[in-house]
Amino acid sequence: MSTFPWLLALLVVPLLGAALVMFLPKNSPKLAKQVGLLVSLIVLALTIGMALAFVVAKAADFQFAYSVSWIPAFGVNFSLGVDGIALVLIAMAATLVPVVMLAGWDDVDGSQGSVRGYVALILVLEAAIVGVFAATDLFLFYVFFEAMLVPVYFLIGRYGGPRRNYAAVKFLLYSLFGGLLMLGSLIGLYVVSARITGTGTFDFTSLANLNIDADTQKWLFLGFFIAFAIKAPLVPFHTWLPDAAAESTPGTAVLLVGVLDKVGTFGMLRYCLELFPDASRWATPVVIALAVIGIIYGALVAIGQTDIKRLIAYTSVSHFGFIALGIFVMTTRGQIGSALYMVNHGFSTAALFLIGGFLISRRGSRLIEDFGGVQKVAPVLAGTFLVAGLSSLALPGLSSFVSEFLVLVGTFERYRWVGVVATLGIVLAALYVLLMYQRTMTGPTPDAVRERVTDLRGREVLAIAPILIIIVALGFYPKPVLDVINPAIDRVMHAVNATNPPPDVAPVAEGTQP
Amino acid sequence: MSPFSGALAPAAGEISANVAHGTFTQMWLLIALPLAGAAILLLLGRRTNTWGHWVGVLMSAGSFAIAVSIFLAMRQESGGNRAFTQHLFQWISVGSFQVPFDLRIDQLSMVFVLLITGVGTLIHIYSVGYMSHDHERRRFFGYLNLFVAAMLLLVLADNYLLLYVGWEGVGLASYLLIGFWFYKETAAVAAKKAFVVNRVGDVGLSIAVMLMFVTFGSVTFEGVLGSAPKASQTSLTLIGLALLLAACGKSAQFPLQSWLLDAMEGPTPVSALIHAATMVTAGVYLIARSNAIFNAAPTAQTAVIVIGAITLIMGAIIGCAKDDIKKALAGSTMSQIGYMVLAAGLGPIGYVFAIFHLLTHGFFKATMFLGAGSVMHGMNDQVNMRRFGALRTVMVLTTITFFAGYLAILGIPPFAGFYSKDKIIESAFAHSTLVGLVTLVGAAITAFYMTRLVAMTFLGRARWPDDAHPHESPAMMMVPVSILAVLSAVSGFLLIHDNWIVNWLEPVVGFEEPVLGFNVNILQYGTLALVLVSAALGYVLYARRPVPEVAPVGSFLTQAARADLYGDEVNEAVFMRPGQYLTRLLVWFDNRVVDGAVNGTAALIGGLSGRARRTQNGFARSYALTMLGGAALVIAALVLVRL
Repeated sequence: MSTFPWLLALLVVPLLGAALVMFLPKNSPKLAKQVGLLVSLIVLALTIGMALAFVVAKAADFQFAYSVSWIPAFGVNFSLGVDGIALVLIAMAATLVPVVMLAGWDDVDGSQGSVRGYVALILVLEAAIVGVFAATDLFLFYVFFEAMLVPVYFLIGRYGGPRRNYAAVKFLLYSLFGGLLMLGSLIGLYVVSARITGTGTFDFTSLANLNIDADTQKWLFLGFFIAFAIKAPLVPFHTWLPDAAAESTPGTAVLLVGVLDKVGTFGMLRYCLELFPDASRWATPVVIALAVIGIIYGALVAIGQTDIKRLIAYTSVSHFGFIALGIFVMTTRGQIGSALYMVNHGFSTAALFLIGGFLISRRGSRLIEDFGGVQKVAPVLAGTFLVAGLSSLALPGLSSFVSEFLVLVGTFERYRWVGVVATLGIVLAALYVLLMYQRTMTGPTPDAVRERVTDLRGREVLAIAPILIIIVALGFYPKPVLDVINPAIDRVMHAVNATNPPPDVAPVAEGTQP
Repeated sequence: MSPFSGALAPAAGEISANVAHGTFTQMWLLIALPLAGAAILLLLGRRTNTWGHWVGVLMSAGSFAIAVSIFLAMRQESGGNRAFTQHLFQWISVGSFQVPFDLRIDQLSMVFVLLITGVGTLIHIYSVGYMSHDHERRRFFGYLNLFVAAMLLLVLADNYLLLYVGWEGVGLASYLLIGFWFYKETAAVAAKKAFVVNRVGDVGLSIAVMLMFVTFGSVTFEGVLGSAPKASQTSLTLIGLALLLAACGKSAQFPLQSWLLDAMEGPTPVSALIHAATMVTAGVYLIARSNAIFNAAPTAQTAVIVIGAITLIMGAIIGCAKDDIKKALAGSTMSQIGYMVLAAGLGPIGYVFAIFHLLTHGFFKATMFLGAGSVMHGMNDQVNMRRFGALRTVMVLTTITFFAGYLAILGIPPFAGFYSKDKIIESAFAHSTLVGLVTLVGAAITAFYMTRLVAMTFLGRARWPDDAHPHESPAMMMVPVSILAVLSAVSGFLLIHDNWIVNWLEPVVGFEEPVLGFNVNILQYGTLALVLVSAALGYVLYARRPVPEVAPVGSFLTQAARADLYGDEVNEAVFMRPGQYLTRLLVWFDNRVVDGAVNGTAALIGGLSGRARRTQNGFARSYALTMLGGAALVIAALVLVRL
C-alpha cells in the first residue's frame, strides 16, 4: 500500500484551491472558473490515483488511514480512511465536481454573488464531502457533517432562484435540527464508551466493537437515524428538498441531491447499522415502511409536479426510498444494491438536473407547461435528457437498473410482499419520466420554445458526455464498483449479524458469509 | 432432469448446452453488428444523413448472413447437441447472485434469430424506399438497428435477467419508433402508453426473476429450468403467472392489450417488424423457453390458455369493426398471437406449433403490413379503408402479394397458415373440445375480417379522395414484399415437410403428438368449410355491396369493437382517473399537510412562517446565522488549536 497521504491531499487541495480563487482579482470571473475547473480536475486525478492504489481484496478495511491526535482530552482524533463504499462515493463526488463546474459555466454570471465566491464555495464543499465520507472518527465526521452546511447554505442563498432565501433557511434549519439530535447521540455514545471501556473514544472501529445494551442503543440510534433520514431524505422529512433543489443553480442541485444527500444513506449503512445493530433490527419494520411509502409516494407526487426541478427532486425522494429499503432489509443483495444505487443515482440525477438546467435557462422558465416540441429544435438536448430519464427509470442496460434490481431482489428475499409493492415503483417511474419527456420534448413546438431553445453547445456536451458514458458503462459492467463494495457490505452484514435466506431448492453455499 | 425416467418422463425440453466453438463463436456478432449500426447512426447524427440508412441495412444484412452460417453449422450437429453458449463476461456478481453475460443459441433461438434478421433485413430495405421522403430517415434506421440488436439479445440471452435487458430494450426501441413522428401529439402519447403498459408487464418479469432466485438460487436457464422439477407446485405456479403477466404486456394480450392498437401511430415498417412479426411475439418465446416451468404448473398453463383464448376472440372482433387498415391488422395481430399463446399453454402438444405459427405469421403478417404501407404510400398516407376500394386496378403487385398473405392467414392450402393454424386447432381439440371450439370460432371470424379488409381495400368500387392518385410502389419496397409473399405461400409446407419443425424444436421445447378422439380430416375439412363460408359472407357484404364512405352507426357490438372493446375506457376508469385524483391529492397533501406542518411548527417557535417578508429579512435568518456562526467558530477554533 502506498504511503502517499491521498485522503489528506484530497482534503487540502480543494481548500487551497478555494483560497487561491478568492485571491484572484474580482473582475476576472473567467479566470476564477478556469482555476476552479483545474483544481477540481486535479482532485479527480488524485482520486483516480487513490482508487488505483486501493487494495480491492481488503476493501472492507479502512485504507489510506491517516490519524493524528486532535483533542486528546476527549479522545478525539483527526482520523481518515476509506473502505470500498466510501471510496466509490468519493470517486462519484470527485467526478461530478468538474462536471458541475463545466456545465454551470455561465449559471452565476448575472447573480448577486461573485463568480469567484461561487467557485470557492463549491471547492470548499468538495473538501467537506471528502471529509465526511473519509472520517473514521465520529467527532470528525460530525464536524464535516455540519461544515457541509455552510457552503451549501450560501450556494443556495446567494446564487439561487427567486425564493432562494426561504429555501436556504429551510435547508439549514432542517439540517441543524438533525445535526443537533446527532450531537446528542454522539455525546451519549462517548459517555457509553467511557463507561464500558474506561476511556471514552470517538474511533469508529472501537465504537463498533462495543457491546452496548439494546435499550441504550435505541436512544443513540434515533439521534443518528433522524439526522440521516432528514439528510437522505426519507418521507416525511423530505419537504426541504424540493424547495432547496428547485431554488438552487443546477450545479448546486447536483451536489446537494446527488452527493450530499448520500451522506444520509451512507450514514445509515455505516453508522446506524454497525454501531447500533440491535437497535437497527428493532427499527427495521418502521424504516422499511417509511422507505416503501417513500418509493410510491415520492413517485406519485413527482407525477403531479408542474415544475421540472421539483419533479426531479421528488424522483429522488422515491429513489432514496429504494436506497433506505435496501439497507434495512438486511440482505447482501439489498445492501450492495443500495451502495451501488448511491453511486448510480448520483450520476443519473446529475444528468437530469444539468440537462434540465440547460433547458430551463434557455427558455427562462421551470414550468413544464411552458415547453413542448423541444426535440424538434434541440435534438441533442432532447436525446441526452431522454437517456438521463431512462437512467432514472432504471432501464435495463443502464447503471441504475443493476442497483435497483439488486435492492428489489434483496428485499424480495426476505419480505416477499414488500418486494412486490416496491416493484410497482417501476411503473410509476416510467410515468413520471415519460410524462415529463412527452410534455416538454414532443408535440408541436410553441413559438417561445422555437425562438429561445437552442441545441447544446460544445461545452455542455463535454460536461454531460462523461456522465452518460459512465451510466452506460456501469450498466453493462458494474464489476469495478461491485468488487470494492462487496467486502465492505460483508463487514456490515456481519456487524448486524444478518444472514441471507437460502433458496427453496438446491441451497447454494453463500460464499460471502465469513 | 425429471426424477422419473423412461416412459413416464414428461416430454420436456433439454437445457444443457455446449461451449460454443467454430462458427458458433460468432454469435455475439449477431448483436454487435446492429448495435454498432445504432451507435453510429445515433451518435454521429446528421453527419450520416446521406448514407446512414445503408449502414442500417448493411448491419442487419450482416447479422442475417452470420445467422445463416450459424444455422448451417447447427444443422451439421446432431439433434441433442445443437445448443451452444458463449460466456462474454461476468455481469453482476453479488454473493450467490451470479449473472453472467452469457449468450445461448439453440434450435429455439435459432429460428427466432433467422426470423428477426431475415424479416428485419427485408424491412430495412423496404424502409429505404418507404422513408425516402422523411428527412430524418437516418434516425429511423438508428432506432431500427437498435431494435434488432435488443431483440437478438432477448432471444440469445442465457439467463432471465439478461433476457430482461433485451426485453426492455425492444420496449425502448418500440417507444422510440412509435413516437418517431414525435411532433404529432397522438404519436407521442401512444409511445408513452406503450412503454408504460409494457412496464406493467415488466413488473411480472421482475417478480418472476426474483421468485426464480429465491426458489432456485439462480436466474440462468440451466439453473432455473434444470431444477424446475424440484421446486414446489406453488412456486412454479407463481413464477408461471408472473411470466404470463410479462408476456401479456409485450405480446399485447388481455388485459394489457390496449397499447398495440395505438402503436399503429408509428411508421408502417415498424408496425410490420416490431408490432407484428417479432417483438410482440416475445411473450410466446418467453413461455416456450420456460416450458419446464409451465409443464409442471398446470394452473399457470390453464391461465395461459384462457388469456390466449380471450385475446384471440377479442382481437378478431376488434379487427371486424376497424376502418383504419393498420388498426384492423393490429387487431388481427392480437388475435393471431392469442393463438400462439393459447398453443403455448397447451404444453408439449402445443409449443412446437406455437413457434411454427409464430414463424408463418411473421411472414404473412409482415407481407400484409408492408402491403398496407404500400397502399398508404400510393394514397397520400390515407389509412381509412372506406376511402380505398378497387386498388387492384392500379396496384397489381401490391394486390397479389397482399393476397398471398390473406390466403395464408385464412389457412387456405397450400398457403402457410393452413399448416400452422390447423396444427394449433388440432392440438386445441386434443386438449379439450371447448378450447378447440374457441380456436375454430376465431378462425371463422378471422376469415370474415380479413375478407372485409381486402374487399374494402382492393375490390369493389373506388372511393378515393379527389387528390389521391394511387400508383404502385417502387421496387425498393416491392421486392422485399414479394419475397415475404412467397414465404407466406410456401413457408408452411416447407417447415412442416418431413416433420422438420417438430424434429428441430423438440429437443428444446419437447413434443407430444396431439391425440384426437376423431378423424383429423374431419377437422381439417370442417375448418376449411367454415373459413370459406365466413370469407364468402365477408365478400358479399363488402365487395358486392357498396361500402359507405362514412361508417354506419352499427350495432352495439360494432360500436364496442370500434372502441377496442372499451379497453381504454376501463383503464381510464380504473387506473388513470383515480390515479390522477390520487396524484393531485398527494401533491396537495405534501404541500399543505407535510410541508405545512413543518412550516407551522417553525412559525410556532418563531422561525419560518408563511410570511415571506419576515422570513427573508428577519428573525429566522439571523437566528440560523447565529447558530451557524457559532458552530463555525467552534470548529475554527478547534482546528486552529489542534492542527
